[in-house]
Amino acid sequence: MLRINLNYTFVSQNLINRLTAIIIMSNSSGKFLQSSLGKKLLMGLTGLFLISFLVVHCLLNSFIFFNDGGLLFNEGAEFMATNPIIKVMEYVLFAGLILHMVQSLILTMQNAKARPVKYAVNNGKANSKWYSRSMGILGSLLLMFLIIHLAHFWVKSRFTGLPGVDSNGNENLYAVMQEVFRIWWVVVIYVLGVLALCYHLLHGFQSAFQTLGLNHPKYTPVIKAVGFWFSIIICLLFAAMPITMFLGLIK
Amino acid sequence: MSGNMNLTLKVWRQKNDKATGNLVTYPVKDISPDMSFLEMFDVLNEQLITKGEEPIAFDHDCREGICGMCSMFINGQPHGPKRGVTTCQLHMRSFKDGDTIVVEPWRAAAFPVIKDLTVDRSAFDRIISKGGFISVNTGNAQDANNIPIPKPDADAAFNAAACIGCGACVATCKNSSAMLFVSAKISQLALLPQGQVERISRAKNMVAQMDEEGFGNCTNTGACEVECPKGISLENIARMNREFFAANIKE
Repeated sequence: MLRINLNYTFVSQNLINRLTAIIIMSNSSGKFLQSSLGKKLLMGLTGLFLISFLVVHCLLNSFIFFNDGGLLFNEGAEFMATNPIIKVMEYVLFAGLILHMVQSLILTMQNAKARPVKYAVNNGKANSKWYSRSMGILGSLLLMFLIIHLAHFWVKSRFTGLPGVDSNGNENLYAVMQEVFRIWWVVVIYVLGVLALCYHLLHGFQSAFQTLGLNHPKYTPVIKAVGFWFSIIICLLFAAMPITMFLGLIK
Repeated sequence: MSGNMNLTLKVWRQKNDKATGNLVTYPVKDISPDMSFLEMFDVLNEQLITKGEEPIAFDHDCREGICGMCSMFINGQPHGPKRGVTTCQLHMRSFKDGDTIVVEPWRAAAFPVIKDLTVDRSAFDRIISKGGFISVNTGNAQDANNIPIPKPDADAAFNAAACIGCGACVATCKNSSAMLFVSAKISQLALLPQGQVERISRAKNMVAQMDEEGFGNCTNTGACEVECPKGISLENIARMNREFFAANIKE
């Protein structure tokens, strides 16, 4: 019995060691995160994490489509702003975003170095989609959009304050939305930002699964179809928000 | 002969690995549509030799698509515009009379140009030497049916083993990534019982060598799979990722 216990302790200690190694990304070779595949894995994992945020963000914002003067939306926004778990997740989200961006920068620089002399003629469209070859540019556009977007809403809700409360006594983030989406060129920027997001997701969603090693003759077509429709639907919903508000369809 | 073609070639000429090269225009006349692309180059070289000029250096060996020696980036695609063929299997009937054809060497930091269209692909050999082998018992060959292997595994291993190591995947990848090649070499052995002995070290060492050679990172554009003359599938890259992650967890 004692021997089994010892053995069990040994195994669990070993397991803990290995898990720790994975978590701090420095296993026996000490080079996992420095390896090309380690960096890819981190890109894929952070990408999927950011996608999970998009789902929550889109669902919550879709409350405006109830067209109840933003009461339900403000209720949701109040919950997101005050819930302790969400507050912690906000830091995790920013960490994930920064990791995703830093990794992509490192990878892009390495990739540029891997081909110092460019081709005079390179027929990329013969073998791949333009957006799969433009993830860095799409991501940079998204970052620019994100800065504008954060300045519009996040900075106001966290730092500079919101314009009063609604009839339920919740802080009125909805009023900020109405204010922001009154200007036509802001709406155009948002639609373009969402378009960049759509193409980024069209490649990124299925690409993340491939990176994780999840490629299977039976399930990969399903993942690709889900990724395609997810990208289209979530971006249509996002784009509909500024457009419907600008057109006055949502009051 | 009627139906023969006159073409304009723009070929990369570079004296040696140190020199800076440039595209040089050569008109070629009376080319039979039944010639292979390399035979057309033979005709051009005969002309150059007759004129007392230096013939164009290009790699070739078996001229039947199984050795992986021929290369050439033709009009922006490795091995030219046709799918599933090497340059030696590409016929001049794939082009039209009067066409201008740009021919460049593989472009990658890990594949330095030796001269004109020939590049040094010994980086692939160094990757193979890090794990592209198996341990076997010496002595008499055992009965072929001694080790049972499921038919789907044998087929997948064989499909991966079809890789001829030509480097088209690296040449066409926007990142000069060698992951399709390395994944094929890891897969063909990981799928078979004979490959289990070195399974962990193989994944780690071959990936490490790939990174050290200065190949770029994979962004899953899928260009390599499309341009591969042997139809090596992206499933192999996913398998390599799994092998590498598992190897890092185990050791």
